[in-house]
Amino acid sequence: MVDKYRMDEQTMALRVAREFQDGMVVNLGVGIGTQCMNYVPEGREVVFQSENGALGLGPIVSSPDEADINLLNAGGQPASPMKGMCFFSHDESFVMIRGRHIDMVVLGGMEVSEKGDLANWALPGRGLGNIGGSMDLALGAKSVVVVMTHTTKSGKPKILKKCSLPLTAPECVDIIVTDIAFIRITDKGLVLEEIVPGWTVEEVQAVTEPRLIVSPDLKEVTL
Amino acid sequence: MAINKIVDSFEEAIADIRDGATIMIGYFGHAGDAPCWLIRALAEKGTKNLTIISNMPGWGRTLIPAFREMVKGLIRNPSWWDDAGLLVENGQVRKAVVSWASGMSPAHVNDFEKRYQAGEVELEMVPQGTLAERIRAGKAGIPAFYVPTGAGTVVEEGKEVRVFNGRRHILEHALTADFALIHAHKADRWGNLVYQGTSRTFNATMAGAAKVTIAEVDEIVELGELDPEAVVTPNIYVDRVVARPLEELRKW
Repeated sequence: MVDKYRMDEQTMALRVAREFQDGMVVNLGVGIGTQCMNYVPEGREVVFQSENGALGLGPIVSSPDEADINLLNAGGQPASPMKGMCFFSHDESFVMIRGRHIDMVVLGGMEVSEKGDLANWALPGRGLGNIGGSMDLALGAKSVVVVMTHTTKSGKPKILKKCSLPLTAPECVDIIVTDIAFIRITDKGLVLEEIVPGWTVEEVQAVTEPRLIVSPDLKEVTL
Repeated sequence: MAINKIVDSFEEAIADIRDGATIMIGYFGHAGDAPCWLIRALAEKGTKNLTIISNMPGWGRTLIPAFREMVKGLIRNPSWWDDAGLLVENGQVRKAVVSWASGMSPAHVNDFEKRYQAGEVELEMVPQGTLAERIRAGKAGIPAFYVPTGAGTVVEEGKEVRVFNGRRHILEHALTADFALIHAHKADRWGNLVYQGTSRTFNATMAGAAKVTIAEVDEIVELGELDPEAVVTPNIYVDRVVARPLEELRKW
């Protein structure tokens, strides 16, 4: 089988960022999440919350000469100062998160179930893991977007009927953006809304364990 | 007698930390956050069987070089960077209460994980927001509280569950400690503190949550110099203040 086109991390970040509406407060998870910061659609003002205690950090700096060790995002990358930004303690940060003040969070995922259960913190086979802020963010944000590859490195589905790894939070995910599809989780099930050019519905279904409901408005992913 | 919380050295600041103590260490995971000099003084003193309450047991000297390397195209991290990982690597830690147990990626394994796999250390994994709130509750005199975080996951195991507004919640208990080691930017002799940017993190949360709070600061200023409207940690939460050596701070 010829390898079909899959979105790379930057392209996935670009697609996720289209979900950011004007005026939203968005928390970005480490990894692909932080890259979304660079792709806020033109004309929209979005405030980013970093769980390490900042609202309104700007884009990642382009050189170490502009970096400040006290202006970091949650991934440890140096951010640029922005007008209007503010800082707070960790307890205050999670008051914002748990208290449902954050409009949207973008998280990475290892597995997502058809009910929207998320598993993303455990280090499989090692008896421990890195929960970090993921559990609070997954249930605290008004809208949860998971961005991940559609399958594991060995080609196994990551969207499952039931997660096999320890959960981050049950029934929390609203949208899954993968390298081949955009899926919305609804009360009726997983709705396939967008598909990457070159893929058919059947091919996406073949690498997704639960049955996909094909949206009547199914379209190709646009950026 | 004038109130004076300033102590002259890091050794003196931590002199009464005994074996078996529970210690909060304030940082998120970056060089700007951590009370690096207090941690080194405690490593030097060699106090054993510590329980640490912190966001993480630390990268330690095992992983700090890898972290520096990972972000070097973006930021130069100071030579004086240390975190609680140094205490773990020294065999001083018996138990860690943390939200992030190992390294910065699955491929980065810290010394704590190696010791955990060998059965040498105990681990209590806590979601980050619950960790922060348990510390805040300890400071606020609230013994326990219900949170939705962790309900329906392994975090729920062994905990009381109650449903509020149709949603599952679990009972979490406050955390307190014998000592809190924190880092702030400036202090006065009363112990009022201000911070810089994202280094406030768990430092401000932990101030006052332990019997003794020790603040390592970049600079000590005269009483009255800090704008009272801008003080972040009120002096009542701080017991000792110790200044970083300016020449070392400037060196990197």
